[in-house]
Amino acid sequence: MVRLTSAFAAIGLMLTALYPTAAKETRSWAEISAAARGQTVFFNAWAGDPQTNAFLGWVGDLASKRYGVRVEHAKLNDTAEAVTRVVAEKAAGRNSGGSVDLIWINGPNFLTMRNQGLLFGPFAEKLPNWHYVDTEKKPSNLVDFTVPVEGFGVPWRMAQVVFLYDEARTPPPTLPRSVPALLEWAKANPGRLTHPTVRDFLGATFLKQALYELTPDDEVLQSPAHDANFAEATAPLWAWYDALRPHLWREGREFPATGTAQIQLLNDGEISLAISFNPADAAVSIKKGTLPESSRVYVLDKGTIGNTSFVAIPYNAANKEGAMVVANLLLEPEVQAQAQDPKWIGSFMVLDLEKLPPDQRRLFDRPADAVGLPTNAELGTSLPEPHPSWMTRIVDEWERRYSN
Amino acid sequence: MLLRLAPALTLIVLGAPIVLGLAWTVLPAFGYFPAIGGTGLTLEPWRVLFASPGFERALLLTLTTGIGTTVLALLAAVGFCAMTAHRPSVLRLRSALPPLLASPPSAMALGFAFVIMPSGWLVRLVSPWATGFDRPPIGLVTVQDPLGLSLIGGLLVKEVPYLVLMIFAASAQVPVGHTLAAARALGQRPATAWLKAVFPQIYPQIRLPVFAVLAFSLSVVDMALILAPGNPPPLAVLATRWFSNYDLSLYYPAAAAASLQLVLVVLGLLAWLAIERPIAVLGCRWIERGGRSQVTQGLTDAIGVTTVVLGGLGVIALAGMAIWSVAAAWRFPHALPDGWQLSLWRTHGDQIGTVVGTTAAIGLTAVTIAAILTLACLENEQRRSLRPGTTALWLLYLPLLVPQIAFLFGVQVVLIRLGLDGTTSAVVWVNLIFVLPYVFLSLADPFRALDPRYAASAAALGASRWRVFFAVKLPLLTRPILVACAVGFAVSVGQYLPTLFAGAGRIATLTTEAVTLSSGGDRRILGIYAVLQTGVPLLAYAAALWLPLMVFRRFRGLA
Repeated sequence: MVRLTSAFAAIGLMLTALYPTAAKETRSWAEISAAARGQTVFFNAWAGDPQTNAFLGWVGDLASKRYGVRVEHAKLNDTAEAVTRVVAEKAAGRNSGGSVDLIWINGPNFLTMRNQGLLFGPFAEKLPNWHYVDTEKKPSNLVDFTVPVEGFGVPWRMAQVVFLYDEARTPPPTLPRSVPALLEWAKANPGRLTHPTVRDFLGATFLKQALYELTPDDEVLQSPAHDANFAEATAPLWAWYDALRPHLWREGREFPATGTAQIQLLNDGEISLAISFNPADAAVSIKKGTLPESSRVYVLDKGTIGNTSFVAIPYNAANKEGAMVVANLLLEPEVQAQAQDPKWIGSFMVLDLEKLPPDQRRLFDRPADAVGLPTNAELGTSLPEPHPSWMTRIVDEWERRYSN
Repeated sequence: MLLRLAPALTLIVLGAPIVLGLAWTVLPAFGYFPAIGGTGLTLEPWRVLFASPGFERALLLTLTTGIGTTVLALLAAVGFCAMTAHRPSVLRLRSALPPLLASPPSAMALGFAFVIMPSGWLVRLVSPWATGFDRPPIGLVTVQDPLGLSLIGGLLVKEVPYLVLMIFAASAQVPVGHTLAAARALGQRPATAWLKAVFPQIYPQIRLPVFAVLAFSLSVVDMALILAPGNPPPLAVLATRWFSNYDLSLYYPAAAAASLQLVLVVLGLLAWLAIERPIAVLGCRWIERGGRSQVTQGLTDAIGVTTVVLGGLGVIALAGMAIWSVAAAWRFPHALPDGWQLSLWRTHGDQIGTVVGTTAAIGLTAVTIAAILTLACLENEQRRSLRPGTTALWLLYLPLLVPQIAFLFGVQVVLIRLGLDGTTSAVVWVNLIFVLPYVFLSLADPFRALDPRYAASAAALGASRWRVFFAVKLPLLTRPILVACAVGFAVSVGQYLPTLFAGAGRIATLTTEAVTLSSGGDRRILGIYAVLQTGVPLLAYAAALWLPLMVFRRFRGLA
């Protein structure tokens, strides 16, 4: 199984070198936005969070008011559903007029679509708002999981690993602030730590985060994993995890299926620490009422993994122009500021504050009543995502070691 | 004439997507899937499947939970019905059936998990005053236990009411009162009398529903995701996991797992049929031997009471979800919410109206078509004196036997080719694929069991075949038909993947909304949808159970 999956991964990597020919966008923005008027864009996006759904609804209203583009949110349970739909359309020979216009997509799904020639582009740099995008201090806007995006996706929100806890139950001085400290903490608090299943994105990220701190040389994570370097680089991770697992919730035999199921456990009091990819998670959850007022987030002293969410357009989308208009709208300072408000989704922006006109910078001032929202200083260093092959191999190795 | 075409029509409407759906499951299992580059035939997907970590345990778990659930569900349903035979007051518990039947499996699983988990309602009720827990206990394993017992429990809460309903519906065709009276006159105790004299007449009518329970329990995904262990999970969950993975190469082993699933279900059915005969022989001997043992009476009572307790847990689970929908916060160890709100109902209420409308319209259309096709096929079979099973109609059951996700890819390819994807008619069509088998198997046995002398008498009085059908058969079958429609409607309301695939994500129903929101994990919002998802089919069940009483008030025997 392991060997086979890595064989697949290797084939995937070979394919990245020879992307199928893509259709570069050559028209002017005026032509594109004129063609977009009157189109209905089917925006396929994960819909598990009512706040995000409301935000996308608001973006849709704005798109129709300003640009005459209607937006329909095709609600997904898993982004792979939209990927499968495009594959099905390709299988049926529908190479234009496809039903998916715009996808909110994360690293591995993005890479899969790119490898299979299922994406339209490059188009990102064509967007008028592209010049606001922070391409220097936020490298993950250009490089997704070490793979260059090359204009096939448009960044729209930032993510960084944080840990959620309840200040009233776990006093901040007792929090583990490094990966080895996490093990000691779990020994002292048996059954009160878990992570989402490693098959979940966030669960795999928990292992990657540990690997970062435990591996002898973290530079190696920026190039593909292979048989020669994998065992050595991950040996300390497995030693650490072997020691940790018996002290996890349910003795490390069962894991919550998703990040949100894990937060439910935190709210139920079954666990005391939970990993999350949204630095504003405590603030947003307090507003929603899904976590107590005393919930907070913190990061590890040596930094945590950060990445960027993108929107991309399938190669056969029926309304590419409208999709580009919506992607551009997502980069509007006003829209990014709305997204950053914990009353909405509290996601950190992809823009460079210094590239904005001064009056628009004020939009991003910290809200006075924000409870549980970390400052940029508190978030510390954001570490770049390892190459996707590390995640694939870690998940396979975890399955091999622990699921039988 | 038109009637003769009914089976053909049914097969054309449903056969094409079924056959193609299956082809797209079986071919990738052998490496053929051109859309992602698989053009040769190979056994590699099977090798990957068999070598995957935890495969043996996944297989074992699937078999024990699937077969265990079916055996226990049949025992429980029979025990309950036998008990009601001598305790008519228990019959009033029938009113608990509709909500249990109507609740979607995923909502029931969530509610059931909330009741039994270490931080759940039962522990909260006794904490901290009796247990001393101010935080949920560690080391108490109730949900996702390695043996799959919580999954079996959750499945039983859903499947036992279904079988009880099917036994009630079938009872209309059996002179229960007279039979019981006769057996009692021979000195049998009431529950034993029911078991010995009534049940053997009913069993042939509920055999297909039992098979449906077996197929469902072997291939269930949504309840298993919540209640079954995940490491390794049952086979169907494993397949679903691979099908929805971003690594498209996993599509091949996923298809192999789905094909294996199909084989398991078929083998399960054959094994059931094989064991049926010896059990029937033993049963006959037991009945013929006579005797008035106390043991049977006590045993059925014990099973009956357990069943009532289990049903009670199901009702509590639904009540828990309803309370969550109006809770502001509800933290351990509080037995009731810390605060209340209606704001979530208000925010979601605005959008929900249209969604409920769409859901009901799709369900009603699918059920109407399914009922007409089913009745036409059955009437045709009877007029031409065909033996059931000799026609190709068994194909209709295939959608129940294969995990949905495997099957739907091919269906989606068909819809795209026809340019139908994303339309309401496509959603109705695909819903029909799953609704029709349930309507068919709920209705087929009662229809075939209808005493032919009624029709013969009517014909002797000069009624035409159509008049016999409309004036004699339909009224006599009112209850089974309405029950079949209610079952079908609930099935349609509960469909997630079929609606999602055929609707291209563009058509929102209660279940698609609920499932997408469930990944957000807010129990309060899930509670709102659980209430609505249960409420809409509940109206259908209430109608099916009470309409006959209203309409046939003058003819007691029919109601």
